[in-house]
Amino acid sequence: MSQVFHPASNVLAKLSLVLVLAGAGGGLFLLDRLFRSPYNTEASVSRQQPVPFSHKHHAGELGIDCRYCHTSVEISASAGIPPTQTCMNCHSQIWTWSPTLEPVRASYRTDESIQWTKVYDLPDFVYFNHSVHVAKGVGCVSCHGRVDQMNLTYQVPTLQMGWCLDCHRDPAPNLRPRSEVFNMAWTPPADNPNLGAELMAAHDVHGRIDCTACHR
Amino acid sequence: MSITREEPNAPAVAAGGKPRSALDLPALRAKLATGNGRDQWLSLEQLAETEEFKELIHNEFPSQVTQLLDPVGRRSFLKLMGASLALAGASACTKQPDEKIFPYVKQPEWIVPGVPLYFASAMPFDGYGQGVLVESHMGRPTKVEGNPDHPGSLGATDLFAQASVLTLYDPDRSQVVRNIGEVQTWANFNTALGALLKAQQAKQGAGLRILSQPVTSPTLARQRQALLAAYPQARWYQVSAAGNEAAHAATKVAFGRPLDVIPHFDKADRILSLDADFLGGGPGMVRAVKDFSARRRVSEGGGQSMNRLYVVETAPTNTGACADHRLPLRPSEIGEVALGVARGLGLPVRAPVGVEAHAEWIAAVVKDLQAHRGRSVVVAGPWQPAGVHLLAAAMNQVLSAEGTTVTYVEPVAGDASTEREGLRELSAAMEAGQVDALVMLDVNPVYDAPADLDFKQRLAKVGTRIHYGLYYDETAELSHWHVPATHYLENWGDVRAFDGTTSIVQPLIAPLYDGKSQPQVLAALLGDGTKTSYELVRETWKGALSGGDFEAAWRKAIHDGVIPATAAAPVQAAWVGLPNAWGATVLPKPAERAADSLDIVFRPDSALYDGRFANNAWLQEVPRAMTRVTWDNPALIAPSTAEKLGLDQGALIDLTVDGRQLQVPVWVQPGQATDSLTLYLGYGRSKAGSVGTAVGFDTYTLRTSTAPWSVAGASAVKVGRHYTLACTQDHHSMEGRNLARVGTLAEFQKDPEFAATEDMRKKSMYPGFKYERYAWGMTVDLSTCVGCNACIIACQAENNIPTVGKDQVSRGREMQWIRIDRYFSGDNLDTPSTVLQPVFCQHCEQAPCEGVCPVNATVHDVDGLNAMVYNRCVGTRYCSNNCPYKVRRFNFTLYNDPHSPVQEMVFNPDVTVRSRGVMEKCTYCVQRINFAKNAAIREQRKVTDGEILTACQQVCPADALTFGDINDENAKVTKLKKDPRNYTLLNDLGTLPRTTYLAGVRNPNPDLARG
Repeated sequence: MSQVFHPASNVLAKLSLVLVLAGAGGGLFLLDRLFRSPYNTEASVSRQQPVPFSHKHHAGELGIDCRYCHTSVEISASAGIPPTQTCMNCHSQIWTWSPTLEPVRASYRTDESIQWTKVYDLPDFVYFNHSVHVAKGVGCVSCHGRVDQMNLTYQVPTLQMGWCLDCHRDPAPNLRPRSEVFNMAWTPPADNPNLGAELMAAHDVHGRIDCTACHR
Repeated sequence: MSITREEPNAPAVAAGGKPRSALDLPALRAKLATGNGRDQWLSLEQLAETEEFKELIHNEFPSQVTQLLDPVGRRSFLKLMGASLALAGASACTKQPDEKIFPYVKQPEWIVPGVPLYFASAMPFDGYGQGVLVESHMGRPTKVEGNPDHPGSLGATDLFAQASVLTLYDPDRSQVVRNIGEVQTWANFNTALGALLKAQQAKQGAGLRILSQPVTSPTLARQRQALLAAYPQARWYQVSAAGNEAAHAATKVAFGRPLDVIPHFDKADRILSLDADFLGGGPGMVRAVKDFSARRRVSEGGGQSMNRLYVVETAPTNTGACADHRLPLRPSEIGEVALGVARGLGLPVRAPVGVEAHAEWIAAVVKDLQAHRGRSVVVAGPWQPAGVHLLAAAMNQVLSAEGTTVTYVEPVAGDASTEREGLRELSAAMEAGQVDALVMLDVNPVYDAPADLDFKQRLAKVGTRIHYGLYYDETAELSHWHVPATHYLENWGDVRAFDGTTSIVQPLIAPLYDGKSQPQVLAALLGDGTKTSYELVRETWKGALSGGDFEAAWRKAIHDGVIPATAAAPVQAAWVGLPNAWGATVLPKPAERAADSLDIVFRPDSALYDGRFANNAWLQEVPRAMTRVTWDNPALIAPSTAEKLGLDQGALIDLTVDGRQLQVPVWVQPGQATDSLTLYLGYGRSKAGSVGTAVGFDTYTLRTSTAPWSVAGASAVKVGRHYTLACTQDHHSMEGRNLARVGTLAEFQKDPEFAATEDMRKKSMYPGFKYERYAWGMTVDLSTCVGCNACIIACQAENNIPTVGKDQVSRGREMQWIRIDRYFSGDNLDTPSTVLQPVFCQHCEQAPCEGVCPVNATVHDVDGLNAMVYNRCVGTRYCSNNCPYKVRRFNFTLYNDPHSPVQEMVFNPDVTVRSRGVMEKCTYCVQRINFAKNAAIREQRKVTDGEILTACQQVCPADALTFGDINDENAKVTKLKKDPRNYTLLNDLGTLPRTTYLAGVRNPNPDLARG
């Protein structure tokens, strides 16, 4: 009886085994990349907002302090989104004719909220607290990036748990003196490589990595 | 939530579908007598070691297991599971939807997103107010706490206040004005009312009748006065669910005028309760528990200050469970015991009959009371006739109690002595067609009026029937006009507490629906339906608030939640003394009773009260402290009576009394008086809402105006069928001996460490984990816990715990994180003593649950909390299987599934709402811990002792729970853990729980052997 398969089939069979394994591995790798990609995390993706508010203009060029609008960042879990009233403090005087600002004026007239799309949206089982991070000397920039250089605001990190844990495991690189928390342009002084460790001691930072720190 | 109702003619099956095994009561009795029984037993089923009980021990969730053992069920189960496993991965492929932010347009002062605000108010309940502080999340009230400045609260509340937020967000609440069922407007109602009142003006209001709850509100009282001045012939009747009728009738005789009796348990060394459940209910309950429990904390001063409580009662109550000596007697016998004690104290009363067997008990009580003159008090329950109240008053005089352990004040809610007489008068006027208009203010007489008054039929003869209430209920259905009421968290008002202290009721939220407040309805009756309740309440207080500046005084009154110096001053009432012939007439000799007849006693349910809370699922599902039955009101019956009638748990009986009949299941309850039956009111509603309609049995059908609290001569006939009752007493039971440790004061003084367990830390080969900063721990004092259930509801409100419905409870799937185990002990099945033990997650340092979780969903945190990570949990339930304390609860289905957006408003935003397939349990209120820790971090300090109160601790009227940092040497909890009474539950397992118990201490009279 003659051979059913050509001798080259052996190679094909081995090759197909390798290809199947490589395909499965590659598929998993692709899924993992997809999971971490901006497609899933929406990092670096600017959101459409009812008013194209520019942090670059307000915080960067005009130099308005973060806390002028985000009033509760030092006392509450939530940093606070400013009420329409805050916008109107200035915009009742300047740019009063601007069509871009019509949703703001409409909100003020009708007493209905401006509906902003949440940019930094954590899952509902995560309880992040702004005030504690501010008190421990974590700068706004650490999570929000150079907001003072953003036209439309976007999310900088992935906001995945791994990203949170990176810092909670090693908080030192992200600590700064409390006076510099709201300073967008602050960089660690080159002459003191131990600043992070010093601040950890001074600010009593422990970097909790146990579950109840964020989940409850 | 889905509620299935078992048909009353259901066959005799247990939850698992197998035939129920009958209880052999004589065998149990023999077992106890020979000492072969257990020291403590949870239930008759445990004592008898029935198949059902063993099943519950072996399989935590029995009904699930039968499903798996059934081959077809197993196959389809695997099929379904296979499909859902395959799809489980796919379900993770969804992206989070975009969320919107809605900032304020003009942000109100004080509001900080993420930080709750607290506002003082008061919860009116059966007319009386309880001071509360209400937690508000950006305008949304979510949790009620007690007001420490309020004398009726002192920082704690009862379970009704805790559950009141659920009623606020009940989508079944009445939402619009209705006229004969059709939607109408408030303006049209006012027009119709105007025409009606015009006709009445001509007759001076002769056809106008008003029926309300007891009125303590100064605003309502002012409006009532104005109304009765404008319509002199009109009549206003007050009815209370359990009021002061008998007490006022008695004080009228004793002091010449009706007076409220206020006992002061903090000053009482000896207390004799004549059927008074002062630890279980009533407007002064929270204060009574505070005062009583302060005298049960034996560790301070070696127990020298410990009080002693004697209780004579028919139905088992919380007060009876805490008693040092409890005598279960039929209602008519209680008066005889009272006579016996009164005679012993030297009062000229007739000799008691039929209680010869208790002569020793009576003599011991007399001796003890006499030895503590001026420091003892006798209290009589509202269920007892005026004669018993009169005896109590007379005994208090003889014991020089007045002024120290008991004071008398002018009635806070007016003279109640003619309450039922008034109801009869109203009913007769209705029958005679003399009532042109009947206004029913927040009452439901069609459901709860005495059966002999035939209210429903007679109501048809009333010209115009106007109903005002929170629900479109049985009475609203038969009324011409219905006006929806506002919840107390939605309106302005004022209310007085049991001692007269007045509070302003302040709204926390704008009315969710088209509701009106009581003052607004009264204003409409007075011809001005446009005023707001704010204006009406301020009008009352304009001239009355002390101090020159009204606005400042008003703001202070609202802020504090109490108006200073409004408590009623004790009156120096002249003791009229006993009428000469009094001794013979005060209590008529009880009629001869037939040997086989039963006495029925009626009591408001400890959770639904008179039925007003029937649509509150939290209250429906809370296991009643004494029976641990949920969602039902079976008739309580003593084991000896059950034996005589051949009944066991859930057996249906036909109950007949005075020609009225009711079919009801029985619950064999050790501690119920022999030959008596307890029927709880508040069930069997025909129009309560989606939760409460057709749940339980309407016991009002047997209750008459002549015998509202007890009736003799009832007969019970066995039907021969069973009814399924959802009872939690055998669910989540722990195996082990001596779980709830209780000793006597003498034992404690001899050996304070009588209950102590050895320190298992020293036995370990490994060094323990060192908790560097905080180490949270808790103690539970079994001496003071009265089993009021407030902690269970507080926990439910704080932690977004769902309700599951009767069917799921009967499968052992109740979700409350706290259970209060009730143990019986003693060698007599009919007169056991009762111990109550709250059990919740013990936060073991060596937690057995953690090792078996395949996904690390339950782990320790830095402070030693046993954390439950919901988003990791895949629902294997191994942790629950391995938990020796049985404190873990599993979401078998999507229990937290609001059907209406308004139901979502009750959720605490600081706690995750769990979905199905997730395990959950007590977290020591980790959200409160984190809140306090975050505040400490901001202020660069440590959390101070007492800064964190867990929800259960904060609400506890008995201060039985203490929470704190056991690393802090000076913390209260650390000191309590060094108390000699401190012991660990199931210590031998070496789990090193953070929750420990302080053994209960009872103070029995050495002259009485036991009982």
